[in-house]
Amino acid sequence: MFVVVVGGGKVGYYLSKELIESGHEVVLLEKDRARADQISDEIGSIVIAQDGCEGKYLGEAGANRADIVAAVTGDDEDNLVICQMAKHHFDVPRTIARVNNPKNEHLFKHLGVDEIISPTRMILGSIEQDIPVHELLHLAALGQGELELIEAQLSEESPAVGRAPRDLVLPEGCAVIAVIREEVAMPLRADTILMEGDKVLAIGRPDCEAALHGQLIGEAAEEAAPASAEAR
Amino acid sequence: MNVVIVGCGRVGAALADAFDRAGHRVIIVDVSTRAFDRLPDTFRGSAIRGNGTDEDVLRRAGVEGADLFVALTEGDNRNIMAAQLALEALGVGQVIAKINDPVRAEAYSHLGIPTLCRTNLMADAVFGFVGLPLTGTEAIMSAVGHHPGGEEHHGPGVFVAPTTGGGGAIAGREAY
Repeated sequence: MFVVVVGGGKVGYYLSKELIESGHEVVLLEKDRARADQISDEIGSIVIAQDGCEGKYLGEAGANRADIVAAVTGDDEDNLVICQMAKHHFDVPRTIARVNNPKNEHLFKHLGVDEIISPTRMILGSIEQDIPVHELLHLAALGQGELELIEAQLSEESPAVGRAPRDLVLPEGCAVIAVIREEVAMPLRADTILMEGDKVLAIGRPDCEAALHGQLIGEAAEEAAPASAEAR
Repeated sequence: MNVVIVGCGRVGAALADAFDRAGHRVIIVDVSTRAFDRLPDTFRGSAIRGNGTDEDVLRRAGVEGADLFVALTEGDNRNIMAAQLALEALGVGQVIAKINDPVRAEAYSHLGIPTLCRTNLMADAVFGFVGLPLTGTEAIMSAVGHHPGGEEHHGPGVFVAPTTGGGGAIAGREAY
């Protein structure tokens, strides 16, 4: 296969090297001349020391006969433009973009990039497996810190699911103020019934937290003690 | 109308000031707060520090649903991405991206992004001054194609794609 790689950072370098070792034809575009020369010295004269964002140089690299263009620079906007130029200007059948901001994944897909690799998302996914989701989230400290705004996402184990907010047993100085359901904020009404997946917002003194935890998250309040938080 | 300008350089600041004076609501975004020194003291719009290619930044700045979005940073690709974000994710009515590379400018006007190419603009100004034939490129290349995602996110017709004229696109928008 003939692959045009754009971006000669660590990813582009090792990608090109591995592809060549597996017998593929590779051209690498790296705009920094010193870096380009360094890579040429190491893996051979497959490097063009030009900016792959410019249509002219993508053309010179042979994009019009490439099977794949892989845009792996460190800048999302460059990777997007490289893939779009490859796709629409050179009819490259398959474009692959490295994306750093996971929020850009959707846009890139939508604009026609065939494959999106997001290292941030992958690492995030790996970390999130270790983070318990059943915790209270501190959104803000109010005043001098005597009150805090807290969010709790209700899981299926939450004792609050299926109940009305007024049935929650909460200590004095603590109020449940709103529910966010499917990204829509709703005030609490007499007929509101809490559902799994709801994000419940509450305001209270820091010492109300244990009770809130017990009512909204579910496990014994003691388990949410600061000690376990420190252990992480 | 609501106008968003990304990049508070000389052009960005001048445009922001002009729209502001004309009574429009202006949001200007730049990564550097020092860039905002170019705005006059009379400026009443909002100046937001942040990366104009970051969807979160733009959303927080209140870009959603704006009438006009002009991307004027130093980077062609940043402008291209910001303009596409504005069109695709933020429901902006009309965008203009400054793309100094004539090849990319033409390519993106074919992809449905109206582009402003300083290279063509200045070359033509000089050609005209000394009496050489002009390149014939419009100051703002109107979107000649359809933006790939344009129809899925907005109803038809939201994205204005005039195929003729439009040379003085900004002047032509006074009607807003």
